[in-house]
Amino acid sequence: MAEATANGLGQHALHAAHAPDAATAAVAHAEVHQEHPIKLYLVVWAWLFILSTCSYLVDYFGIHGYLRWSLILIFMMLKAGLIVAVFMHMAWERLAMMYAIILPPILVLVFVTMMVFEADYTLLTRIAFFGPGP
Amino acid sequence: MAETTMTHTSQMEPRPAGWRGIAADWASDQRAFKNVSWGKAMMWIFLLSDTFIFGCFLLSYMTARISTRVPWPNPSEVFALRIGGSEIPLILIAIMTFVLISSSGTMAMAVNFGYRRDRRKTAILMLLTAALGATFVGMQAFEWTKLITEGVRPWGNPWGAAQFGSCFFMITGFHGTHVTIGVIFLIIVARKVWRGDFDTGRPGYFTSRRGRYENVEIMGLYWHFVDLVWVFIFAFFYLW
Repeated sequence: MAEATANGLGQHALHAAHAPDAATAAVAHAEVHQEHPIKLYLVVWAWLFILSTCSYLVDYFGIHGYLRWSLILIFMMLKAGLIVAVFMHMAWERLAMMYAIILPPILVLVFVTMMVFEADYTLLTRIAFFGPGP
Repeated sequence: MAETTMTHTSQMEPRPAGWRGIAADWASDQRAFKNVSWGKAMMWIFLLSDTFIFGCFLLSYMTARISTRVPWPNPSEVFALRIGGSEIPLILIAIMTFVLISSSGTMAMAVNFGYRRDRRKTAILMLLTAALGATFVGMQAFEWTKLITEGVRPWGNPWGAAQFGSCFFMITGFHGTHVTIGVIFLIIVARKVWRGDFDTGRPGYFTSRRGRYENVEIMGLYWHFVDLVWVFIFAFFYLW
């Protein structure tokens, strides 16, 4: 999909396939309208329901440890991906825009790593001064 | 002015794929996002900044939860509801999740019907989205009331680590505010659609600019973002 939207020509061709009048309008305004079949939205909607149910069941059945955390993260990333890609139409946007919006939040992971070390250190000092928890 | 500086993609030479294409788009004197309208690009950049705000909230929650010696209250039990004589864990939060996802679905359909110039369906779907959003806020108010009566405060709670309350009120409160603002703007844009502002080119009240059906999509971006943030809050705060 990234290859198809990598250049303006590809994007126009993509939309011409979906709606002929949208393609002509896009040429006139040099801006692309997002028009996709309703079925696509319904399928994504159904998947979001299924994934939400799955993540709720993780808690309902009381799964613990690494299996719980990895399941939560997998369902979360799948849901987030579907919302951003289809509902927010990111999959059909220009690659320059995709990278400009999606890369910066990923860099937050560096901040996460720093704070994990910092929080561990805080916990260690608290245990050293106040003793283990009550 | 805006018209003359606009780069027409139809006259533009094709770009190489991948990183070289991105560099070509950003290089020299031109619009970086080519065929993306300024309204949509600015909404995305606003959402990016909002991502950092929520990211910082979730980060501080993570830091508080890792660094406390006192056990964290079990969200599965804290948010359980007694229905029909048995405790069902996290049920209210699950229902809230489904309500918000449904509102995202109706919003996506509204955007679609907007581009098909179906005023009636677009407005109705947007109002349905607003109603679902208001339901979500209502359930959140119920949840807050329940927790406050049980003794949860920003400085303490009956079950464990004191930071639980402050994290809960900050994160869900900020998200609820976003939903509320979204509901208000959904109603405003739905009214414009219903009146046919985007067909007749009636100037906006604040901006005096003519709106287009793309405004519905931009409104949709905000609304889907609210849903997106809830996905992360649900995973990290309620399920973790």
